[in-house]
Formats: sequence, C-alpha cells, structure tokens
Amino acid sequence: MSVLVDDETRVVVQGITGGEGKFHAEQMIEYGTNVVAGAVPGKGGQEAAGVPVYDTVDEAVEAEDADTSVIFVPPAFAGDAIFEALDTDLELAVAITEGIPTQDMARVNKRLTETDTRLIGPNCPGLITPGEAKLGILPGNIFADGNVGLVSRSGTLTYQVVDNLTNRGIGQTTAIGIGGDPIIGTDFVDALELFENDDETEAIVMCGEIGGEDEEEAAAFIDEHVDTPVAGFIAGRTAPPGKRMGHAGAIVSGSGTGTAESKISALNDAGVPVGDTPEEVADHIEEFLS
Amino acid sequence: MAMKLHEYQAKDVFADAGIPTPASALASDVDGVVAAAEEIGYPVAIKAQVQVGGRGKAGGIELVDDEDEAREAADTILGMDLKGYHVGQVLVEEAVDFTDELYVGITMDRGAGKPVAMVSTKGGVDIEEVAEEDPDAIAQEHIDPSFGMHPYQARKAVYDAGVDSAVARDVSSVLTTLYDLWTSRDGSDAEINPLMVTDDDEVIAADAVMNIDEDALFRQPELAEMEEEAASGDELEQKADEYDFDYVRLEGNTGIIGNGAGLVMTTLDLVDHYGGEPANFLDVGGGAKADRIANALDMVFSDDNVDSVVFNIFGGITRGDEVAKGINEALEQFDEIPKPVVVRLAGTNWEEGMEILNEDLVTVEQTLEDAVQRAVEYAAEVEA
Repeated sequence: MSVLVDDETRVVVQGITGGEGKFHAEQMIEYGTNVVAGAVPGKGGQEAAGVPVYDTVDEAVEAEDADTSVIFVPPAFAGDAIFEALDTDLELAVAITEGIPTQDMARVNKRLTETDTRLIGPNCPGLITPGEAKLGILPGNIFADGNVGLVSRSGTLTYQVVDNLTNRGIGQTTAIGIGGDPIIGTDFVDALELFENDDETEAIVMCGEIGGEDEEEAAAFIDEHVDTPVAGFIAGRTAPPGKRMGHAGAIVSGSGTGTAESKISALNDAGVPVGDTPEEVADHIEEFLS
Repeated sequence: MAMKLHEYQAKDVFADAGIPTPASALASDVDGVVAAAEEIGYPVAIKAQVQVGGRGKAGGIELVDDEDEAREAADTILGMDLKGYHVGQVLVEEAVDFTDELYVGITMDRGAGKPVAMVSTKGGVDIEEVAEEDPDAIAQEHIDPSFGMHPYQARKAVYDAGVDSAVARDVSSVLTTLYDLWTSRDGSDAEINPLMVTDDDEVIAADAVMNIDEDALFRQPELAEMEEEAASGDELEQKADEYDFDYVRLEGNTGIIGNGAGLVMTTLDLVDHYGGEPANFLDVGGGAKADRIANALDMVFSDDNVDSVVFNIFGGITRGDEVAKGINEALEQFDEIPKPVVVRLAGTNWEEGMEILNEDLVTVEQTLEDAVQRAVEYAAEVEA
C-alpha cells in the first residue's frame, strides 16, 4: 500500500518537450513510472521521451486514459497549466514549477475548492512510492520500500532525511514534497490524513520550516486525529526575522509569527518529538518501529 | 519574494491611478532640496528614500519651515546611514495639515490563500503593533480573487473600521483603487499609512508602500525597470544578486553553501547546534553547474567574517561531478586556500564527484553532521 501514487498511476507530463520536462519524464519512466503521454500546445502528434504528445490534457486523457499530471511548464504559463489539469478532472496534479506568481496561485487556490482534483505543489520535488512510481524530480535511488510516510516542505531536506532512514534500513511507503511556496495545494494536514488512513504506514516523518502556520495547524490535527506516531523536524531555527530563507514561504515576519520555536512547541504539545538533527529524526522513527 | 518600490515610486504609481498625494519632488543634493521646497512652498517634509520601516524615528524624516532649516535637514539626511542603508535621495513634500490618520492596505493572507483588504482608524503608527495590541482596530475583508473586491466589501471594511462618515466614500474609493493596483501590478503588499484626513474632509496619501511579487516582474516591465533604482543594501547581498543566489548575510564566522532552501537552513541550524555561528545562508539552487559552484565559493570567501566554509550538497538535479569540478576550479587558482573548506557530497553522481574532487584542497566528510562539526572546529581554531 501507499498513498496517491502506485504502479497503476497513468501519468501525462505537461511540458514534456522542454528541457526539464523531457529529462525528468525519461527519469520517471526509467524508475518504472507509467508515463503514458505528454501534453504541449502546438506539439500534438510528436513523440517525446518515448510517449505520444497531445496538444491538450483533455486529448491525453481521451487517448491514453491518463489520470495524473506532472507539470514542468515555465512559471509564466504554469498557473494556466494547473487550471487545465484541474478542469480536466484528473485525480492528481503535481506542479514542479518554481516561481509562479502568487496571484495566479490565489486563483488556482479558489478553483481547488470547487474540484475533486488534488494538487501537490507548486515549487515541490513531487512524490514517490518507492519501487512503484515517482512523480517529479526526486532521485529515486535513495528511497527504499518500507513503512514510513514522509511529508516535507523542502526537496533536498527530504533527500537528507530519507537518506538517514534508508541507511538504517528503514524504507518508506510514500514520500511527498508539498512545496515551499506561500500558497500550495496539498498541505501537511492533507498528507497526514492520507498516511493515517494508509494501513502500511506505521510511522510518519513531517519536515517543516519557518514561515506561515501550517505546522501549527498540523500539530493540532495530529493531536485530534492521528494515531500513527509522528516525528518532526523544523528547519530555520537560526533564521533572523524579516529575512527570507530561499523559499518564498520561509520567512519569520516582523511580528514574530512563523518562528521555529512556535512550531516546535506546538508539535511537542501534540506529542510529536522534534529532532535537533536529521539523525535524531531517524532515531525517533527507529524507536517507533521497534 | 517582493521587490520593494521606494516611497516616491509608489506615490507615482498611486497618483497615476487617481489616489490623492501631496505635491512633492525628488532631490539628491542640498540645493535641489531648497529649489524643490521653494517650488512647493514651506512648510515641507524632507524624507529619506530608503527601504526601511521607522524612518521617522531613525531621523530620516524632518519637517522644515524655511530655507535655513531645509538646508540643515537636507545636509543631515542626505548621505546618512539609516539602519545600514545609504540615503542618496530625499523626497521633498508638501506638509499636510491633518485631523485624522487612517490606514488602508491590501495584502495576501497566505493562511487563507486569498487577498485581504484592511482599514483602520489607527493610522500613522506601525500597523503590525496595532495588529498585535488591538487586532479589532483593523477591519478585514477577504476577497475572492476570481471576482475581485465587490463595492460593498470596500464600504463594509470602511464602516467596520469606524471611519468618519464624512470621508467614508472617499476612503472606500481609495481602497478600491488600491485593490485594482494590487491586482493589475502584481502587488504583494499595497499600503497607505497614514492616509491623512484634512480639516475640510479631504483624504491624501502621506506615505505609500508598494511591494511587487518578484515572480511576476516578467509581466510588469514598467515596474521591473524601477527595480535597479530601488535596489540597495549590503554589498555582498548585491553581489549575490548579480550571481543570482538566494543569499542572506548573518553575523557568524562559519560560511555555508548548499543546495535547496530547507537543507541550507538545516545546515545553518546544525552549525548553531554544534556550537558555531553561521555567517550566511547561500542556496545555489537546483542543477548548479561548475561555474556557479565556483561563484558561490567566491561569494563566501569575500566575506571577511568567514573563517571556515561547509559545502553541503545533496544532489537531486544537482550533480556531484559538476560540484566537484566547480570546487576544484575555485580553489586551484589560489597558492594558499584562504579559508578551510569542508565538503560533503551525497545524492546524484556523488561517487563521480568524489573521484574528481581534489582532496588536497578540501576536507571531505561523509555525513552532514560530521561536515558541520568539522567546519565549526576549523572556525573555532581560527578565532583562537
């Protein structure tokens, strides 16, 4: 078992003829992902990464029965590409693109309240169910099949923590990178709910960072609704207020909201141990599983 | 994130859209200030054009009544260091007699994922303080971006805030214009604080804040041109802009380079955890090639505070061999390595990277934890 993606998932890659899109479509296929089509306006009838390309997502769904989209469209057009995925009623859309204008995402966010399509991202590494499928840019070789669900706002931090787990022989059910932008589709609460309802997931790692209040909301949700043990990590303890740490969302505002302390104490209050280092997170997970 | 316009730039944008602003002129020397003041008529306010809050308290704004005072104030403010920013220009502005100071603003409420319009009768002070001490004093109206702000919402925010009915219509109109600007110009924040009310019930924007979503500058060419002019700040941070790095300078002496915001933040936190002090945040981003890696080392080496460097790469789309090439390139040009560099490579092509990396020039560690501890030790040795 796993969440959101497995070897049955039928993937259309939006932007498959671009440099990034093509490279990662090939990588996904090499990993075993069932990529069935590409969608690029004006490129219908061509082939890329060994799969047929259609002008619209709708055609890709009609012809190849795609149910999931991975979006590698440049930021200026990515908001539109997400709308296309949502309006085509796919099950899942994964937006890898970084740098989408925030106002475009506010409109997407409104649309998400009216559709059943789930969005992951944008500005995220995607997600992976080890041994079955990966959607996005994660390096497949560091993951291993197992019983830990992982959800993270940051890509490379995900890799770091996964590495710490895999090196100890602890595999993952699914790892989800939800993205570092201020407005995202699937958030911590959504991902935690998925893992809580997954029979195979026996422990959860949640990697947050400074900025916003998503981690605090997740802590409240864990307290009420999650029985699966959760270990946490929060990046940005040493970040000074008012300075953005790379991610658009990772900033402690002048009035002190979004600090690491607030997130760590909310998680601790919900019974979630928070590691000082990625190694310590792996320690907690090892303990949960023993 | 956001590109901040200067006050004078934001006021131009607001005035063009029909929001009343005081008569003003920009000046960069004392004679220019006096000429502008004569033109506008005393009294005038002389206001430093730098991107920091609390300019008034820090001595960056003076009200003057005549030429002598204007010369003295201009001489003091021009060229001053205001919270680390050099003042090169001042706005000379008609002094407005007011009976009330209001606040109006539009921003993105990230929690709600939608814009919010705000109005308060407690203008003229730091609105974040008001938000903390007396949150009810700020009326808020969330806006559905697919419809825009309905006229009733502007009225509601104004009435909820308790704005005097004599100016309610004008304040609603300013708020509506502000929202239109915020959307059409891809604002992240648009604020007027204070929006002054005069004794004959006119409203006038005495200050102006307009921050633009950097990710949207591609479709705001007019504002993008202002960016050059608006840029100011730390020399190293400017250099980082040139190299297109996400960089933040900090106070410590352990330099940090990595890929991906979350992992770089974590590296900073570990430096602190192991008793060191981070000198900077530097994210080379995804897929960095050798020249970019070399630039990153150059950046961190040129910070005098830095005593050692930890280089931590976990490759997804970034390849270990490119990283190793970049590190070699950057270091082989020195007869003597200026500061000890600790390297940890993991992920995509890390083995190829390790074969290429010239280990005579750097210290290699296998794990993030070990790499950070080693760099902190080196920094402590240099200090001692």
